[in-house]
Amino acid sequence: MSKSASRLSAAQSPRARRRRIVSGVFAGACVLATLVALAALALILWELVARGVPALSLDLFTVDQPAPGSLGGLRNAIVGSIEMCALGMVIALVVGVLAGTWLAEYGRKGRLATVVRFFNDVLLAAPSILVGLFVYEIMVAPFGGFSGYAGAVALAFLATPIVVRTTEDMLSLQPDALREAGMALGAGRGFVIRTVIWRAAGPGILTGGLLALARISGETAPLLFTSLGNQFLAANPSDPMASLPTTIFQFALSAFPDWQQLAWAGALLIALAVLLANIAGRLIGSRRHRP
Amino acid sequence: MTATTQGRVAPGNLAETVFRIACASAATLLLAALAGVIVSLAIGGWPVLSTFGFGFLTSSEWNPVTDVYGAAGPIVGTLITAFLALILALPLALGVSLFLVEFCPPALARPVAVAVELLAGIPSIVYGMWGLFVFAPWFAAHVQVPLLLAAGDDTWWGKLVQGVPNGANIFTASVILAIMILPYMSSVFRELFLTVPATLREAAYGLGCTPFETARSVLIPYVRRSMIGVVMLGLGRALGETMAVTFIIGNAHGFPHSMFDSGSTLASTIANEFAEATGALHGAALMALGLVLFCITFGVLAIARLLIGEKAA
Repeated sequence: MSKSASRLSAAQSPRARRRRIVSGVFAGACVLATLVALAALALILWELVARGVPALSLDLFTVDQPAPGSLGGLRNAIVGSIEMCALGMVIALVVGVLAGTWLAEYGRKGRLATVVRFFNDVLLAAPSILVGLFVYEIMVAPFGGFSGYAGAVALAFLATPIVVRTTEDMLSLQPDALREAGMALGAGRGFVIRTVIWRAAGPGILTGGLLALARISGETAPLLFTSLGNQFLAANPSDPMASLPTTIFQFALSAFPDWQQLAWAGALLIALAVLLANIAGRLIGSRRHRP
Repeated sequence: MTATTQGRVAPGNLAETVFRIACASAATLLLAALAGVIVSLAIGGWPVLSTFGFGFLTSSEWNPVTDVYGAAGPIVGTLITAFLALILALPLALGVSLFLVEFCPPALARPVAVAVELLAGIPSIVYGMWGLFVFAPWFAAHVQVPLLLAAGDDTWWGKLVQGVPNGANIFTASVILAIMILPYMSSVFRELFLTVPATLREAAYGLGCTPFETARSVLIPYVRRSMIGVVMLGLGRALGETMAVTFIIGNAHGFPHSMFDSGSTLASTIANEFAEATGALHGAALMALGLVLFCITFGVLAIARLLIGEKAA
């Protein structure tokens, strides 16, 4: 419709023609911007695959990190990452779902809820390195040691705001009729929330959890001074613990080509994990909209 | 009598109360967390703030050996990289979002939007590696060196492009930051543009507006306030971004002297030095940097929230 209109006026006056040209240039600029963004994505993914795939091997998953010049893998980092992310997600899900429930069901439009919401948004966007410093102050410095627990808590701090936000959104989407129906049967409010509302909002909350997992699995900065890193496999989270991102950081900035290659393999693994979590979240999320 | 029946709505009154308290305390925990961040940074940084006072913010001398600390270098580096990133990312983000809303064939819109959002999912450390190993060498060879050769030392733009041509500098860090905040900004812009009532756009086209005129005089003015908020949020992200910048900014103390000079940001200095800070004052200085970073980002985020309001949740 707009096209035919502008074509019609183009035939009429030079001014209209100039407007059409301006608009054409504008459209071209928009296409160009999109191409730049897509090119950046393609270039980064290409480089990840080109440098990461040749470094993939079974050793990557079964051998701990090597000394420079010898063969090795990333087992300690992979295990550490999985452990800390899992622990962090457990904390984040418990605190986040409860806090989100409070916002959606109890706090609603009250003043305290507004304040909590605002602070949650600030936490959501706060630089992750500050969380690292905070956890260092409360967990590492007083107890005199870097540990996987401290790393997990730092990650939990980053994941919780996302869980809070999605939980509140998903609970708010549930119709009040559901709550009234439950209460009319004589159930208490909390009981209705736990058995009816949470169940109805489950997939949405799960989506939020997966997005949070995607975010924290690539986080590096807060782990640098909470879990520190560990050359060896540490199954006990009270020890310093390696993680993929911190190991990549250390290896990528080293001067040894074989360490750098391991860093690329690790980067590919993380990118794949993040991608999978994102896609899984999207799939679950989109199924929710089409019941 | 009514009181007792109301009090006994359901069996398991205790469970009701416990659940309610659990929810409320989880919400309070969020407030405590944020308060804890501020308090711990303030306490941790206090020794340095009390030693150097206001001079901590204005001095650019940073020397762990002699225990002299000034934050001006990283503060300036943080502000320059963040604003430069914003200047680079804003037109691109506008272009991408308007392309998706106005020009994109419907069949392509979803894949393109998803692809751009994937860019937001890439971990910061991967951006850092890509920047360091791929972008920086390319930039040094194909942009920095030719510019250096072409520029005289006395011209103003010669001064702007001075620096060791290794690609690790303020400008390349800003480019990487721009790529990182671009997908985020463009996807929120797109959501904002989609909130513009269809009748307004149709009216504009009905009057014979071109897509450009529609975007300029209908779409953008309608969401301007929220857009500024989104820009501030993008700025907040760029200010606090750590790993990618640490990889590529060159990590030099003091003021950067040109766009292609190495520098440092608040976050990159903390990331680089914290694990190795042995002196008590050194650690405190890094905590104080964290406090400065927190104050800057908190201010930016608070303004952003106010501007965005309810529109772009």
